[in-house]
Amino acid sequence: MGTEISPKVDPSRVIEHETYELEGVDISGHWNRMFEQRVIFDYDVEQLDRVTALGGGESMGYCYQCAQCIAVCPVDHVGDYGPRKIYRKLQVGMDFFTSDDLWLCTTCGNCLRVCPKEVDMLQIIPAVRKEAVLEGTVPPELQDVFEKTARYGNPLGKNSKRRHAWTKGLDVEVPIIADLDRKVDVLWWVSDYPSYHPRGMEASRSLARVLTKLGIDFAILGAEERHDGDSMLRAGEQGLFEMLADQNIETLNKYEFDVLLTTDPHAYNAFLNEYPARGGEYNVEHYSTFLAGRIEELGLSENIGSKVTFHDPCYLGRQNGVYDEPRELIEALPGVELVEMWRIRQNGYCCGGGGGGMWLDGFAADNQNMRLSEKRVLEAVETGADTLCVVCPYEVSRFEDAVKSTNNDEALVVRDISELLAQAMGLATG
Amino acid sequence: MKIAVLMRVVPDPVEELEIEGHDLDRDFLGYVLNEFDDHALEEGLLLKEDTGGSLTAYAIGTADEVEQMLHTAIAKGADEAKMLGEEIEAIDAHAQAATFTNAIRDSGFDLILSGVQAADELDGQVPMLVAAALGIPHMSVVVGTTPQGEGLRVTKEYWGGITAEYQVTLPAVLGVQTAREAPRYVAVARIKQAQDSGALESVDLVQPDPAGRIRITEMRLPDIGDGAEMIEGDEEAAAERVYEILSSAGVV
Amino acid sequence: MANILVYAEHLNGEITDASFELIALARGLVSSTDGNVEATIIGTGAIALADQLGGADTILVGETDALGEFNPQGHAAVFTDLISRRQPDICLVPYTSIGMDVASVAAAASDLPLASYCLSVDIQSGLTATCQLYGGKVEVDVEIDGDRAIFAMLSGCASADQGRSGGAGVVESIDVAVPDLGISFLSLSEPEGGDVDITAEEVLVAIGRGIESEDNIEEAQGLADAMGAALGASRPIIDQGWLPKSRQVGKSGLSVKPKVYLALGISGAPEHLEGMRDSATIIAVNSDPQAPIFGVAHYGWVGDIFDFMPELTDRLEG
Repeated sequence: MGTEISPKVDPSRVIEHETYELEGVDISGHWNRMFEQRVIFDYDVEQLDRVTALGGGESMGYCYQCAQCIAVCPVDHVGDYGPRKIYRKLQVGMDFFTSDDLWLCTTCGNCLRVCPKEVDMLQIIPAVRKEAVLEGTVPPELQDVFEKTARYGNPLGKNSKRRHAWTKGLDVEVPIIADLDRKVDVLWWVSDYPSYHPRGMEASRSLARVLTKLGIDFAILGAEERHDGDSMLRAGEQGLFEMLADQNIETLNKYEFDVLLTTDPHAYNAFLNEYPARGGEYNVEHYSTFLAGRIEELGLSENIGSKVTFHDPCYLGRQNGVYDEPRELIEALPGVELVEMWRIRQNGYCCGGGGGGMWLDGFAADNQNMRLSEKRVLEAVETGADTLCVVCPYEVSRFEDAVKSTNNDEALVVRDISELLAQAMGLATG
Repeated sequence: MKIAVLMRVVPDPVEELEIEGHDLDRDFLGYVLNEFDDHALEEGLLLKEDTGGSLTAYAIGTADEVEQMLHTAIAKGADEAKMLGEEIEAIDAHAQAATFTNAIRDSGFDLILSGVQAADELDGQVPMLVAAALGIPHMSVVVGTTPQGEGLRVTKEYWGGITAEYQVTLPAVLGVQTAREAPRYVAVARIKQAQDSGALESVDLVQPDPAGRIRITEMRLPDIGDGAEMIEGDEEAAAERVYEILSSAGVV
Repeated sequence: MANILVYAEHLNGEITDASFELIALARGLVSSTDGNVEATIIGTGAIALADQLGGADTILVGETDALGEFNPQGHAAVFTDLISRRQPDICLVPYTSIGMDVASVAAAASDLPLASYCLSVDIQSGLTATCQLYGGKVEVDVEIDGDRAIFAMLSGCASADQGRSGGAGVVESIDVAVPDLGISFLSLSEPEGGDVDITAEEVLVAIGRGIESEDNIEEAQGLADAMGAALGASRPIIDQGWLPKSRQVGKSGLSVKPKVYLALGISGAPEHLEGMRDSATIIAVNSDPQAPIFGVAHYGWVGDIFDFMPELTDRLEG
């Protein structure tokens, strides 16, 4: 065995005792030889420092390249992405602030879940995006959505006065809280897509019927309701989020209600985790937990007869810990078998709508080989299910588009849990 | 280069318009920035970046939408912004032009930019009327400018994609159709900064009403669908009917 | 008794259809009241084109090379001068890139009222017109204060063919005193050939703001493919850069006359209608029942284009 030290090694780094005995064993000379730690810093860390200097960006520097994150990053499954790769690119000089990579993260949080060093993309990405937005470097699709949201209070650019148009001609009453002029038990925060998107409106109508059947005293805000702002915050428009949050808090504080009920996990996340710091503290519940707590009263009698699989929305599941209640509801549906996909619960696979992704599909298309929603639909089809059940308003339209584009129209339908419940309760849907 | 940008708000096209008498029912009407004025602002900012100098944005009235529009202009890079007088709550391009002219007449601007048209310019286009009042040349349907010597090289758009290049000596008025680049984004946070900066000025001034000598005798929603066969039913029925039409036309 | 002065615009050696429409319109107006129709054509090549304007009683030709193809300042000055010399009761100017420059300045300089976005004009009892505002969403009837005015007319206000026909107008040469100009014409550019010549297509599918995002254009293209059609668009789509300029239908784009024109999510502002109103069969889909496009369409459906497109695509693919 060679005991010579290579001439390439700097002798000052060698630690060796000529004579050494440890617990009766002679380990003199090369037997106890060690080398000092060597730091390889060939890289110009300027770009990395720019990120870690930001409030929220510090943890980017903790990465030690273990790649646990890559295995669970939903974008990497259809492209080339993940925190470890971003770290590496920063090392070799990528300007993250102007890179396309900045806009591919959906803030699903799976990387943070598995990262031994807690590199927190949920803080890093919004922090870097915030700087990019201040500079005006925003993908045009997203710029358009920011402008629409600022002007109309919803990312779809729809007339704010028509936010409750979905209640027109409905067979149950959906009061506007301003008209009631009294306290209500439940203020239902409908959100944008359930108010304006055709499939969202169908789910809203189904839920209205379910709540009525349950005898819940509820009302909605109607035209006063604005986008909750959570997605804008993740997409970098902190100013817009603050503006929306403050407006919403001002509106909510006018009224008296026990429970703030949300259908949208993003709104749920905002009310639970972001609004309190701005003075808005509410008893917020997601409709899946609200209804799961009342399964006995729902009166689920009609046979649905489906194999149903469930998609865990990132902002309800992984980010806020709600996994069981939606499943309880599904399993309570008569004639329904719940079959699970393989990436569920904490390891749920993102639909691609979070973090502004809802409005960056054109952009993502240039950087991925398929959409996250398409990947997920293929996974759903594999389970043999005929129905994909969702509890987030972003998902219905994303998954239905994906069902079409993967030619699975015959294989799979997408249903909001409200629609399935209404069906099982013998109520009209749509 | 000393640049003025004349900006207007117009009724939001997303709204359903209601009519009251001989004007729109303006009680609950939402207004938005006239999109061509947004392009005029962008072209102005680009020229300011090209040549140094200053840019002042002007708008008439004190409505929230006007304030918002001018704060956004400041956030995007305007040096100053001024709210002029009171709202002109009527269809009156002459009155608008007269107010703008009064505000900028003695300020020595090299270049005055505004959107080529606005949706309510019944009695003339504001940039042209301002140019006539100031006695300086003007050109409209501008789709790009470059500084050239003491003046500007200006591209005017015709039809069918045809464009022409002109050399324009200053001072002049340009009616902008599209800026060289899409109007830039400015973060809400920067607009808030602009609001807090107090750079927005309110200006009292004489607002002549020179009367365009056009009187509206009736306003109505057009009688649409006269002649159009409206297809009844859902999308399936519509697709079926359209398929029929395409077949009869020999297209499928 | 009314004297009408028509501004005939020309570019690249061609008098525009809009100008012929104005001649037809003017003829129609004087037929009931007696009067004279004068047409003026100014600039380079005016003499060569003058004969085409025989529909007018007199053709006032201002030939000059000093103004290039068109000079906003110069042409307007000559027109203004002409107005003061001929003292017409009414001037008709096309509401176009050329007409806009000329009409407003001439109106201001001649101290005449100007009505824009005009669909029709009537001179029987006073001077009245019907105009479109707010992108065609609103129509107004107006009355002019006084007995002289300039009207900027939207295309489609009369028949261009009628304006081309007949007449033995007398050609008169006019002095063109070109003032000191702050604007000089340099050159004209024609657009580069695009991938598709939409003016040559039999069937067109056109998309407007209703398509909402660049992403959705794919679906419209799919429908177009299924129909054997080319994809066109209104100005906002082109301005966003989602489709090349070669696909633009409308005033500042191309004029098309296909067998079938399917308009999806297009509201029908006058600038767009100008480019497609002569299509043989126009089918429009829009979620707004008040959309002006339904005024020119032969068939219409009020609904969501995102519901309609896949249905029709499916139906076509069998």
